[in-house]
Amino acid sequence: MNLIIQGFLWIFDPAHFVTTATGTGIPDALASHLVLTGVSLLVTIVIAVPLGLYIGHTGKGRLVGIVASNVSRAFPSLGIIAIFVVIFQPIFSQNTNFASAIVAFILLGIPPLLAGAYSGLEAVDRQTIDAARAIGMTEWQILTKVEIPLGARLIVGGFRSSTLQIIATVTIASLYGNPLSLGTFITNGLAQADYPQMIAGAILVIALALIIDGLLAIVQRFVVPRGVSRGTTKTRNTARGARLAANSGTPIMEGN
Amino acid sequence: MIEFKSVSKLYADGTHAVDNFSVVIPSRKTTVFVGSSGCGKTTLLRMINRMVDPTSGAIEIDGENIANTEPVHLRRGIGYVMQNSGLLPHRTVIDNVATVLFLTKVPKVEAYARANELLDTVGLDRSLAKRYPGELSGGQQQRVGVARGLAANPNILLMDEPFGAVDPIVRIDLQAETMRLQRELDKTIVFVTHDIDEAFLLGDQVLILEKGAKIAQRGTPEEILANPASDFVASFIGADRGKRRLTVDSKVKAKGNDVVLIDAGGYAAGVISAPGGKLAVGSASPKSRSVSNKTSQAGDG
Repeated sequence: MNLIIQGFLWIFDPAHFVTTATGTGIPDALASHLVLTGVSLLVTIVIAVPLGLYIGHTGKGRLVGIVASNVSRAFPSLGIIAIFVVIFQPIFSQNTNFASAIVAFILLGIPPLLAGAYSGLEAVDRQTIDAARAIGMTEWQILTKVEIPLGARLIVGGFRSSTLQIIATVTIASLYGNPLSLGTFITNGLAQADYPQMIAGAILVIALALIIDGLLAIVQRFVVPRGVSRGTTKTRNTARGARLAANSGTPIMEGN
Repeated sequence: MIEFKSVSKLYADGTHAVDNFSVVIPSRKTTVFVGSSGCGKTTLLRMINRMVDPTSGAIEIDGENIANTEPVHLRRGIGYVMQNSGLLPHRTVIDNVATVLFLTKVPKVEAYARANELLDTVGLDRSLAKRYPGELSGGQQQRVGVARGLAANPNILLMDEPFGAVDPIVRIDLQAETMRLQRELDKTIVFVTHDIDEAFLLGDQVLILEKGAKIAQRGTPEEILANPASDFVASFIGADRGKRRLTVDSKVKAKGNDVVLIDAGGYAAGVISAPGGKLAVGSASPKSRSVSNKTSQAGDG
């Protein structure tokens, strides 16, 4: 208990607000953590969303979607990062750790989002889609006006999982020195037997994860179309059932 | 007029869903495809709006081969009503009805005005316009489905077991509404059902289908009842079980000059008036049946 109080005291110590020769400032570490997360997430979205939507809409390559949703629960983050640090060492001469870490983050971020996009579309009632097609919607209109709105909850759920996965992985990437992140405090604290700093890093990471997850949880509520959340008990049960049935509705951080 | 010319549908696994099917569906009449599950009747229906393309043969609408029409364009010009309504759950009733109009870029004001009129047409109160499909009863949802099917003012309305999932009282109501709409709007309706009573009720032309969409018999309900073409037809319409052969019940007295009719199994089938002991003779046309309007929707609320 004492250590946790010391951790909080460490966080609120003004000396840790700016980067000095002896240590990194919290705002800098936080900024770097967020930039790493943001950049990785952007690339993840660009890759995973179109692919997931394609699989979900066409039903082609469903195996990829299923594998992705399973893999996302059991990917050994630390191992992946280690491999990428080794593989990319010779390829990028400068900023080696930064580039290879980002590749690893993206790789870890893709499966949950891919699975979310895929299962979000998969969960939409086939009859609704069939009817949309029969009344003359184009495939693109079916995707954008029917499948995405109705699957939005699971798609955002997948995005939530990806975001947390990346935030968590950015933390442990600090084990390899760079890149700078909130995990740097944990790594440095451990190395220097400075436990208040280590606890402070842990608290900051947890707080960051909780805040961002909370914000995304609100977004997730917001994107569910009105007719689906309202309406009869039957409809509501269906919506909830669909959410429980898929792996990607709630964030999972095993193995981190 | 819709014409099927030697149409076949062969699936990859070798099953012939439809085998060399030819028929003419006259305009402004109701044609009913009736048969057991898996006989290919829904496949036939879905071929008309190219939801399914035949492996061989051609389908023509007013002499034009539909294979030459782009599917999306074709579908927008043909009304489609399906079982369980198929409404978009995230759109309000009025938006669902207006969907097809929006797709064809009809201005908003005009589309909503038309959608509101259609709610009247199918006997739905306009106060339901802002509700979501999940807040409606099954019967109301089907009415919205019909309104949506009529939105683009199509000449052809395809109905795929539209009343299969609603309770019997509501079904009778919706069947009556369909007959009223057909009379008022003069559409070519192609209707699919597995219920022979529904087929006889709604159909000007009834096609009884066997497996592979083979036509077991085609004709008016009267023609089919009078002369079942085969044992299959007799069995399908219930003639072989005596369901259609009615006799006067000697025991039960009905009021006035009415007498109770029973089928060959002894079950009550209806009453017939017999003024002065003579059975009344009716004429098959013109057909009429009392239909409900929007002020009385039995069991529909």
